[in-house]
Amino acid sequence: MLSWTWCIPALPLAGFLLLAIFGGRFPKGATAAVGAGSIGLSFVAATAASAIFMVSPPGGGSFTLVLWQWITVGGFSPSLSFTLDALSVVMILVVTGVGFLIHLYSTRFMADEEGYSRFFAYMNLFVGSMLILVLAGNLLLLYLGWEGVGLCSFLLIGFWYKDPENGRSARKAFIVTRIGDVSLAVGLFLIATTLGTLDIREIAQKATSQWQTGSTLAVAVAALLLGGAVGKSAQLPLQTWLPDAMAGPSPVSALIHAATMVTAGVYLIARTNALFTLAPPVQLAVGIIGAAGVLVAGLSALTQRNIKRVLAYSTMSQLGYMFLALGIGAWSGAIFHLVTHAFFKSLLFLGAGVVILALNHEHDIYAMGGMARKSPFTFWMFLIAAFALTALPPTTAGFASKDLILALAWQSGSAGRVFWALGLAGVFVTSVYIFRLVFIVFAGNPRTAVAEGAHGGGGHAAGRDGMQAGAAMGIPLAILAALCLAGGFLSLPHDLGGTPYLLNFLHTALPAETMPETPLRTEWTLQLVSEAASVLGIPVAWLVYRRSRRVAAVAARPAAIVRFLQGGWGFDWLYDRLFVRPFVWLSRINRRDVVDRISDGVGGLFMLLSRAFRWTQNGRVRWYAAGLAAGAALIVAAVVLL
Amino acid sequence: MMAVAGGGILLALFIFVPLVLGLAGWVLGRRQAGFSRWLTLAANLFNLCLAAVLWLGAAGATHFPGLAAPGAGSPWLAELHVPWIPGLGVSFSLGLDGLSLTMLGLTALLGAMAVLSAWTGITKRVAFFYFNISLVLAGINGVFLATDLFLFVFFWELMLVPMYFLIDIWGHENRHKAAVKFFLFTQVGGLLMLVAIIALAVLHSMATGAWTFALRDLMGTVVSPVIGMLLMLGFFAAFAVKLPAFPLHTWLPDAHTEAPTAGSVILAGLLLKTGGYGLIRFAVPLFPAASRAFAPVAIGLAVAGIVYGGIMAYSQKDMKRVVAYTSVSHLGFVLLGIYAFTPQALSGAVLQMVSHGISTGALFVLVGALQDRIHTRDLDRMGGLWAQVPRMGAAALVLCMALVGLPGLVNFVSEFLVLVGTWQVSPVATILAGLGLVIATVYALRLFQTAFHGVPRETWTLADLSARETGTLFLAIALLVLFGLYPMPILNMVGQSVSGVLAVIAAGGGA
Repeated sequence: MLSWTWCIPALPLAGFLLLAIFGGRFPKGATAAVGAGSIGLSFVAATAASAIFMVSPPGGGSFTLVLWQWITVGGFSPSLSFTLDALSVVMILVVTGVGFLIHLYSTRFMADEEGYSRFFAYMNLFVGSMLILVLAGNLLLLYLGWEGVGLCSFLLIGFWYKDPENGRSARKAFIVTRIGDVSLAVGLFLIATTLGTLDIREIAQKATSQWQTGSTLAVAVAALLLGGAVGKSAQLPLQTWLPDAMAGPSPVSALIHAATMVTAGVYLIARTNALFTLAPPVQLAVGIIGAAGVLVAGLSALTQRNIKRVLAYSTMSQLGYMFLALGIGAWSGAIFHLVTHAFFKSLLFLGAGVVILALNHEHDIYAMGGMARKSPFTFWMFLIAAFALTALPPTTAGFASKDLILALAWQSGSAGRVFWALGLAGVFVTSVYIFRLVFIVFAGNPRTAVAEGAHGGGGHAAGRDGMQAGAAMGIPLAILAALCLAGGFLSLPHDLGGTPYLLNFLHTALPAETMPETPLRTEWTLQLVSEAASVLGIPVAWLVYRRSRRVAAVAARPAAIVRFLQGGWGFDWLYDRLFVRPFVWLSRINRRDVVDRISDGVGGLFMLLSRAFRWTQNGRVRWYAAGLAAGAALIVAAVVLL
Repeated sequence: MMAVAGGGILLALFIFVPLVLGLAGWVLGRRQAGFSRWLTLAANLFNLCLAAVLWLGAAGATHFPGLAAPGAGSPWLAELHVPWIPGLGVSFSLGLDGLSLTMLGLTALLGAMAVLSAWTGITKRVAFFYFNISLVLAGINGVFLATDLFLFVFFWELMLVPMYFLIDIWGHENRHKAAVKFFLFTQVGGLLMLVAIIALAVLHSMATGAWTFALRDLMGTVVSPVIGMLLMLGFFAAFAVKLPAFPLHTWLPDAHTEAPTAGSVILAGLLLKTGGYGLIRFAVPLFPAASRAFAPVAIGLAVAGIVYGGIMAYSQKDMKRVVAYTSVSHLGFVLLGIYAFTPQALSGAVLQMVSHGISTGALFVLVGALQDRIHTRDLDRMGGLWAQVPRMGAAALVLCMALVGLPGLVNFVSEFLVLVGTWQVSPVATILAGLGLVIATVYALRLFQTAFHGVPRETWTLADLSARETGTLFLAIALLVLFGLYPMPILNMVGQSVSGVLAVIAAGGGA
């Protein structure tokens, strides 16, 4: 029934091949049709597969499709295999569904760009790789997708390649995540040599039966996988690449750096949850990294001036919630938040894209203002997403998932209480930074000529609201907004009379939470406290906005603490001095290869010696005769004397 | 001791077809230069077909007369023995197994690529150029086939001289110095190996009273551990220079940079592989005990080469020098894989020879094509080239990803196998080599971005890849992807050779 599921990733890959080979010759319409169409078809296929999966669930809750044996050498034999279970079903629906909406949006957003077909080729390759990542039944194949999405991220961050700054950001993203990737690869070596398999299900079975909880091996493996996850998901300490990744076009940020690729780390940990359960210290570390990330990134988001960098830090912060959930063993809760986050964060990025396009690629929020009147449709869409992010009604998406995580944290022991407190602080910070953004961008009057001219002609796409820009951009925004409003119904908290459909579904693939069920009264209290924190953030944000309206406060050199937060807590500064500069210095100083100097030195010595003896070969017979005589005399003398 | 099997005589064709056609091309090409080109290409295509036919036969897909069935007891699929100097026990002996066949296929493929890359670029003494190409390819094929150590040395030297001419006559600015350096390094290593071979033959004749240079007979020679180590080091010196292993790599950047494109393709794609092949075929099986004792040192040198080559590649301004140093880094994986003595690592090492041969060969074709157009290899003068040559940029992107070891390309499979195989022996070496993967990302992205992204530093007007160039690179890339997703044909082909070597090592006998 499901043996055709290989075509879910194959369709985007076919689209990539078509565009890569013939894209240059396609007219724009054909490029858009292939680019967005392949993802649309893939979404249809994914939906069909999911429907079949849900109607007649395969035995054991998972379906495995072995394509072929990839490698077989001496007992090491990973295969190319796909696994369809509840987790991968949810993931493929998010990737293809949100992916299709973003592709649709891009057909219009990128319409005036050079390299239209190149853009869609990269995007299709990305979706194909991401689907391989989430469908892989084998860690080596997962690693293929994992590296593939990294490459596409690099290519799309540096899409506008003529600006060297974009190239620098792209390079940074690839290299920093690659450090995590190597950690993951070493984890695979360790798993392959100790358990003799890279098949994810076999790993879970063998590890659970062969390794003791907390044993060195289990801890080492989990820690190495975590290294890969923090790189991809931009968590401490490998988070520095994500803010710079905003150099790419807005749809790229929405798709790769919000909805899908950056959640791959969360997916990996959920997928290998058995290994993390065997390594409690590492699982605790996951929670600590997440909880710290929520605040570290949230506070940085408060101070950013670039609209997309606010959202980037927000993404890091929200991924922190997912890590927090994984840290307390709320695997399904983490995935639920991954899903809702995909809805509201991609909506935020796409909305920001409309604003940016309307302002001729202006990113500085202090140059914006008054956009609510200029682009009312976009404003409302953005506002819905902001409400979902802050978990406020009437949206349900963020509320259901974030409050689930906080409630489970509260229930899971003393470390959980600390996580809850940090998460709650994060709720308040989230509300402040996002409404600061909403007020500065959309409220009041235009601050600059650019913002003033947003509506008044002057260029192709400039001055168009999402709806006016055409259905291609408006419809995805509207659908995502609807998902933000209704997404929570996937698993509404039971104190509100909801049924956790999504969580129940995920529990067929992921272990259920072990913490005690939250009593109704506690649940209400926790929700009220968290909502209060969110609501409280709005007036605070208003005060921040009022202060920023005094232009002097903006233009002046910001306080040291603000600069510190703006710069992402000095991590870039530190890494630059610890790693980048020493490497470049070492490489530069030895450009001429000291080993080569030695071998050339030996050559030089011989040259010197040959020059020294050259005078002996001067062609004069008398000299040779004298040499012969002197030599003979020396030998005779030596013989006689010795 | 005449030809044993019908298949045996085919082996000689691998050597004599390029030799004869090359010679004919030289003679006829003095009037009509195009002749030599076509004849050299024909020789390579013939060898490619021959390799393909033998491959199908060896894989059991078709019955091939004279080809031993796989697993029929003998390690060889086909053999040829013709007495040469009976008094010394020297014979013209060739043997074909999966390892040789793989390398022969690679030689024919890259030989054709090299000829195509030189198609229009070479205008000086054209006929003599292609004669040298043919000669060096014949020598390389001889190296991959010889099972008599005396004959092996003969072919080893046969590769050297034409390559010297290729660099010295058709090279770039500093070609003379580079040619001499290449010659001296290789020659010193070769002489040490020659001494070791003669010493081994003498020791064997003293023990048994019979002179022989046959690999099979010499493998059983009993020598003391110290002598065994010394002789092994003689072999290792020659192969480590060729590979090249750190710190004997310094001839390579000069030779690569100065050689003409076709020379670089052959040098990187094939000549370096004779070093790895020599280690697997001769150094390790002849001296298993010494090799085992020496393995930690070799692994150390391999890791040093991986990291050092990577760091050096990052700082180079000359595009060809960048690629040359990446070769130092990637062939470190070959050395690492050989001396880890596990099935995964050794298979990975062999596969790495193939993947590096194809990807770096193609990269040199690309760099050569670029140099033909803008007459410089200086990265500081490039930038923003994508806008003008997107096809070239796309090819460069894929080949740089091969440097990075991106999954989906065969380079990933080989490096992963080497590392997973080495982990069982030395986790520390594996982690340090893994560091090389990060460094590879750093230098590969720099190479690609400096040339193709950013702002143009100078105004160049250049044409995109021609049909011939596109075809060559497309073929290489297609093979990288094909074997990246399904490397089993190669891994199966070399499987028996790999387990043979490992069995010798595990038996623990000999020196």
